[in-house]
Amino acid sequence: MSLKALDYETLNENVKNCQYAVRGELYLRASELQKEGKKIIFTNVGNPHALGQKPLTFPRQVVALCQAPFLLDNPNVGMIFPADAIARAKHYLSLTSGGLGAYSDSRGLPGVRKEVAEFIQRRDGYPSDPELIFLTDGASKGVMQILNCIIRDQKDGILVPVPQYPLYSATISLLGGTLVPYYLEETDNWGLDVNNLRQSVAQARSQGITVRAMVIINPGNPTGQCLSEANLREILKFCCDERLVLLGDEVYQQNIYQDERPFISSKKVLMDMGEPLSKEVQLISFHTVSKGYWGECGQRGGYFEMTNIPPRTVEEIYKVASIALSPNVSAQIFMGLMVSPPKPGDISYDQFVRERIKISQKRYFNSKGILESLRRRARIMTDGFNSCKNLVCNFTEGAMYSFPQIKLPPKAIQAAKQAGKVPDVFYCLKLLEATGISTVPGSGFGQKEGVFHLRTTILPAEEEMPEIMESFKKFNDEFMFQYGDNFGYSRM
Amino acid sequence: MRRFVIGQAKNLIDQTRRRPPQPHHHNNLRLLSLLRPPASDTTPVSSPRLFSSSSSDMSGSDSSTSSLPVTLDSINPKVLKCEYAVRGEIVSIAQRLQDDLKTNKDAYPFDEIIYCNIGNPQSLGQQPITFFREVLALCSHTALLDESATHGLFSSDSIDRAWKILDQIPGKATGAYSHSQGIKGLRDAIAAGIEARDGFPADPNDIFMTDGASPGVHMMMQLLISSEKDGILCPIPQYPLYSASIALHGGSLVPYYLDEASGWGLEISELKKQLEDAKSKGITVRALAVINPGNPTGQVLSEENQRDIVDFCKKEGLVLLADEVYQENVYVPDKKFHSFKKVARSMGYGEKDISLVSFQSISKGYYGECGKRGGYMEVTGFTSDVREQIYKVASVNLCSNISGQILASLVMSPPKPGDDSYDSYIAEKEGILSSLATRAKTLEEALNKLEGVTCNRAEGAMYLFPCINLPQKAIAAAEAAKTAPDAFYCKRLLNATGIVVVPGSGFRQVPGTWHFRCTILPQEDKIPAIVNRLTEFHKSFMNEFRD
Repeated sequence: MSLKALDYETLNENVKNCQYAVRGELYLRASELQKEGKKIIFTNVGNPHALGQKPLTFPRQVVALCQAPFLLDNPNVGMIFPADAIARAKHYLSLTSGGLGAYSDSRGLPGVRKEVAEFIQRRDGYPSDPELIFLTDGASKGVMQILNCIIRDQKDGILVPVPQYPLYSATISLLGGTLVPYYLEETDNWGLDVNNLRQSVAQARSQGITVRAMVIINPGNPTGQCLSEANLREILKFCCDERLVLLGDEVYQQNIYQDERPFISSKKVLMDMGEPLSKEVQLISFHTVSKGYWGECGQRGGYFEMTNIPPRTVEEIYKVASIALSPNVSAQIFMGLMVSPPKPGDISYDQFVRERIKISQKRYFNSKGILESLRRRARIMTDGFNSCKNLVCNFTEGAMYSFPQIKLPPKAIQAAKQAGKVPDVFYCLKLLEATGISTVPGSGFGQKEGVFHLRTTILPAEEEMPEIMESFKKFNDEFMFQYGDNFGYSRM
Repeated sequence: MRRFVIGQAKNLIDQTRRRPPQPHHHNNLRLLSLLRPPASDTTPVSSPRLFSSSSSDMSGSDSSTSSLPVTLDSINPKVLKCEYAVRGEIVSIAQRLQDDLKTNKDAYPFDEIIYCNIGNPQSLGQQPITFFREVLALCSHTALLDESATHGLFSSDSIDRAWKILDQIPGKATGAYSHSQGIKGLRDAIAAGIEARDGFPADPNDIFMTDGASPGVHMMMQLLISSEKDGILCPIPQYPLYSASIALHGGSLVPYYLDEASGWGLEISELKKQLEDAKSKGITVRALAVINPGNPTGQVLSEENQRDIVDFCKKEGLVLLADEVYQENVYVPDKKFHSFKKVARSMGYGEKDISLVSFQSISKGYYGECGKRGGYMEVTGFTSDVREQIYKVASVNLCSNISGQILASLVMSPPKPGDDSYDSYIAEKEGILSSLATRAKTLEEALNKLEGVTCNRAEGAMYLFPCINLPQKAIAAAEAAKTAPDAFYCKRLLNATGIVVVPGSGFRQVPGTWHFRCTILPQEDKIPAIVNRLTEFHKSFMNEFRD
């Protein structure tokens, strides 16, 4: 018998150590149950279209025309496409060299990067350089490229919030670096305390770890909090003092459900702080077409913008990007459309606005706009969880998720141990089997020892929401009754 | 107190490091929680003073080279080491020239840059297959399917196909993340296409759809390479994706040389020799990469040769990484493409006998849809625990882009006889492939007429890889200019003609030989001018440097 070519034992340890719970055990079990014919409510991934959100019409029209450019020569094209979509399709095709079927520059089409830079400039009030913007196949690819450039070995540490989106832990693990956690304060609505950062860095350094970068997710995933401007200033100052690259995951910048803390970009805060910081702090910000009211996850489109990164390093990042040849071109066009949507006076403007609904536009309050609806859903969910026995949940200020804490009784923890499961995995599996609701256990994001959570998206359709929360509550209360004892469910 | 916390954290980290690898599912996250003492209430908050003293002790390693955290000195050295010549220096020069041409036309002896550096057919005017694009347009904007006018603008089978595809997508949502391996219904279509091609069954669960073939190659390298002690056998010359990916993952490229004299033949004796050589250096060779049809070398392997390769991998316990992205690009009547899976199965080898990964892309073939970033790998002969790991790595990136997935399924299940689009589809396909064959032949003949140049025929793929016998004087001039001699030649060619090719050194070559890679992709009407300019340039180059 010959040697087995790829035995599990000989696989790269970094691969084996990597965890990605969003598509882990729970998701696989849910897929199995779905195959068996059970109705599954997937709330595990922030995947709005999969849960019934309709795409915005205008960008789809433009991309359809770019897919089939021969339609543009057809005299009847105006019968099924509005003139501004036709004009925009011609515009984007003119930015390509060979349409959607040709590799673009590895950094993305220069014309689209210029549009992104203009968007950033409008948003922040500070200039942005298209040469420092790279388009990517979704934000995740960008994060991977950047971390690949930063991490040399296990002595390199990356500060990551806990709870965190597992892209970070998974990528750091794949690249063989060390994740240095800083804990968000659940009792302070998942606030970020700079003292915690200092402590984490000091601890890591005492282990001989060189902390190289800090990740912030704003608005937070899975925790849904929005960072205040004051907090961002502290963070930037901290990165400057500690010479850390700040990786700003800002993919949920359109998803804000309260008015006290509107989204403010790390770049704007940095520029507001002026010199010397604005010339010193190295910042890379990430954005995507997958979130916001676009929710175009399946396109895999994103970008990152670099600030204060030296040109020779930018060259190296370019080289890494070039090995993947180019990001997909249709998603680049989606990105262009996202940062330059129809303007007042355009034929498609009214329809676009009707579909989109800006947060601040109260006059659309009663319409079925996506964000207003998400806002109400966030409320229903938070309130629903807080009405459940042994659950506490912070309000979702932004992003797409609710992350309630489950105070599991000792008996449940015991039962989980016997079943060989982490306690929150045990709870989520039971929830899935009983109700078809597919969530992600908090252990997939990291949490304080002995404290348990689950993550659910706030994406199910609004009309289905009461029913989902009801079946959740029913399950939870039965679970707590089954595993509860008569006093003190938890000391935490 | 602080010392206690740090001491505790240190012990816990050490424990984690020392712990032998376990197939336990919460390893990584345990590290997270261990770094901090369990109950948050009891966590001491270090005072700013304490913190600053510790940070000044500890920050030395950060600040020794620069005050910025990310500079050339401190980025991952594996990144510095990797090279990707297809988009390297010559291409940068070409882009500068192109910009300058717009304003400074008279300064150059040519009026356009002709990119022969990269297999990017549609950027050189190749038209996409109409049927594929019709289906994609309908799937991009599904509301079209409800419009009556659509029937006047689209072929009827493209409308049927779009419906069929949408029915396979949960919720008809083309804007949703899919299964991390790709949409199941599309994988069914691909598996059926593989089965029709090979005459052996294919399982949709073996298919992993990817954003082009390259991410699939990276995924496999990630899995196979733990350190520089892990080697991957790669052909030389090779497509630099392999050398770049191996470098990025910190492994060792174990070269095997293709024999130029026998039409870039792949000799088993050479494989054996290189394998033994690597072993003697303490390298564990994990896999053999074969590119068939070859890139940059254009050879199509014979079935007999493939059988020997399969046997070699089986005997040595190597994973066979079969880069089969040019499977539709075969231009000579005496050669045919055979997939390695078909060859292995026809030898009677099943799942248990050989681990095989076959890569396919929508960027090549007659379709040439590079910008879509679509592709797949078919993974066979792996145990389920290994496949779970592949799935996990795939899932970190969520999924590949959906229009790329749809196109990959179309490529593997094109229109059939009797379908509305069949005739036009065949005409478009044959038109492209026969024109590519003509271009390959014309360019090869022209190259072989040049003094000191020999060029094997392009049996397949999209490239010619001529050998240039450079005069000593040219080599000396290159050395004086601190460039590789073939890069020197290519730069001179670019500056004189506007033709962009890639020096052989970017693909690696037998030491002391010099080549360049030239695609066969410029449109047919441009070929005569290219041949003329190339011939003129070469003559004057030789006149300048002839020994």
